[in-house]
This record gives sequence, structure tokens and C-alpha cells, in this order.
Amino acid sequence: MVEPLFIAGRELCSRLLLGTGGFARLQTLAEAIEASGAELVTVAMRRLDPSAEGSLLDVIAASGAEALPNTAGCFTARDAVRTAKLAREALQTQWVKLEVIGDERTLLPDAPELLAAAEELVDDGFVVLPYTNDDPVLARRLQDAGCAAVMPLGSPIGSGMGIANRANLTLIVERADVPVILDAGVGTASDAALAMELGCDAVLCASAISRALDPVAMARAIRLGVEAGVLARGAGRIERRTHARASSPPEGMPEFAE
Amino acid sequence: MIFVNGEPHEVPDHATIRELLVELDIDPEATGIAVAVDSEIAARGAWPVHEVPDGARVEIVTATQGG
Repeated sequence: MVEPLFIAGRELCSRLLLGTGGFARLQTLAEAIEASGAELVTVAMRRLDPSAEGSLLDVIAASGAEALPNTAGCFTARDAVRTAKLAREALQTQWVKLEVIGDERTLLPDAPELLAAAEELVDDGFVVLPYTNDDPVLARRLQDAGCAAVMPLGSPIGSGMGIANRANLTLIVERADVPVILDAGVGTASDAALAMELGCDAVLCASAISRALDPVAMARAIRLGVEAGVLARGAGRIERRTHARASSPPEGMPEFAE
Repeated sequence: MIFVNGEPHEVPDHATIRELLVELDIDPEATGIAVAVDSEIAARGAWPVHEVPDGARVEIVTATQGG
């Protein structure tokens, strides 16, 4: 088992966070939460639809996980701050995953708006977990603004392209004093394992699980991937070398007659 | 007339948020929802007394899949 993770003083036993977007049925989501072991499950804030079936919040509560609201869909700091405040009121939590998007095609963050929103929300007492790009400078700025963690993307949301820039992710990890949670772009278990091997403290997956052919199996796989990555990092991997190093001894080879 | 989640609604003058929710068949005791009136969050504790002005734009939100 892996050591617990602390975010804003709160202990989390699971290094995998789960997004709820993309699940075709609430029942599948419920099973995936269990299979993933996730303790924090992100939700979006949207207009109440009285015709909607089932209760997402009931499913999350029944699973023992906690809902982490997200400002998904916001393109300005103003909207993100308002959404966060609505979420705080609705869910009675100070925690918010902050997303301020700059571009509809790539869903990449709008850095200036993101930073402005983070500063305002931190000032207002929120525990801010910002979704950011893989720019080490921006990650540092978000941390300095008082964010409780930084959540760099591996690649665009829902793209399944894994970690596009290992070097930058490594720089972010090296320079962070708060937890680093890889968020966006995970496609499968090996991506999650790599994130942990590179030093991330946790991984957030949504599409990789919810849109897999078998979401529950993938939830289990990614959970194991995260654990494997943590263990591997702790085990001290061998260095990469350009030339071979034989694993069998050269001495004692039997000789055979011609 | 006011606007609720973008749709026009006729409500009695001086209707409170609580009365509005009841009118919309939304349980005012339900958890997981928040209300904003003209972009200002309306604290739950004030719903029984917070009157919705004529022409107000009301947003009633909850958690949905996503994020």
C-alpha cells in the first residue's frame, strides 16, 4: 500500500481522483468509484434539471467518496469565481478544482484568467486545486498564489494522449512544495504509472475510465497503475544507459569441442 | 416576470426564493443546490425571506456529471 497524501492538511489514502464526466450510467459510475478507490470525485456545476434521473450526489455519498466541485466550462475568472461560490454554497465545501479555459478546441487553460481567479478564491478562503498546463513557471505562480496543489495536464482533456512533455512535468514536480496531481490526458494505466514514476503525488482521471470500453475494469487497472508507479519510484530505478550491461557473469562459460 | 435558468416565469410580487422553489416543484430543503439572483449568491438561510425582484435573473444550480 502507498503512503497517504496530504492536501491542505487533509489526509487522502488514495492517489487516484476520479472525474464523473462521461459515464453513461450512474450505476457504472458507482462501480467505478469503488474499483478506483477514489476518495475525491469531481463534479461540474450546472443548472438544475428537474427531469434529470437519479442523484449524482447521492451516488457519490453512498460510495463513501466526497464530491469536489469543478468550475468546468468557465472561460473567465469572473465566471469561475462565481461558479466556485455557488459550488461552495451548494456542496458546503471550501474545496474547488479551478478550471478557466482559454480555447474550446484544446480546452487549454487561460493562464492570466486562471491566476486571477486562483488569487481571488484563495483570498476568499477556498482550498484551490487549479487545473493548469505543463508550464513550470505558471505552476510556480499558482503555488505562490496559495493554491493547495497544482494540477498540470499531461495532454488535452479527453485526448488520451498521455504525458506529452515529461521534461516539463519533471520540472514542475522538482519545483513544487505542494502536491502535484496529473490532471487531463491520461489514456490508460501506463500513463498513470508514468505520472507517479515521474514524481507526481496523484493522478486525476475522467475520460480514461468513463469512456473506456469497460470503465470498471479500467478503474481497477488505473488504480493499480498508480500504485505500481509509486512503488517503482520508491524502489529506485536503474539509470538509463546507451550501452548494454550484461546481467549474466562472463566467467565460467563452458567450452565445447570443435 | 422573472427568469429562472434562462426561462421566463411569472411569479407573484414579492415572492421569496423559498416560495419560488416550491412553485417550481423543487424541495427547498434539498441539499446540493445553490441559488443566485442577478449574479449574487443567495444564502440558503435567507431563502425564506429573500424576495426576488421583478425582472430578476435567477440561477438554480446543482452538481452534475463532469469536472
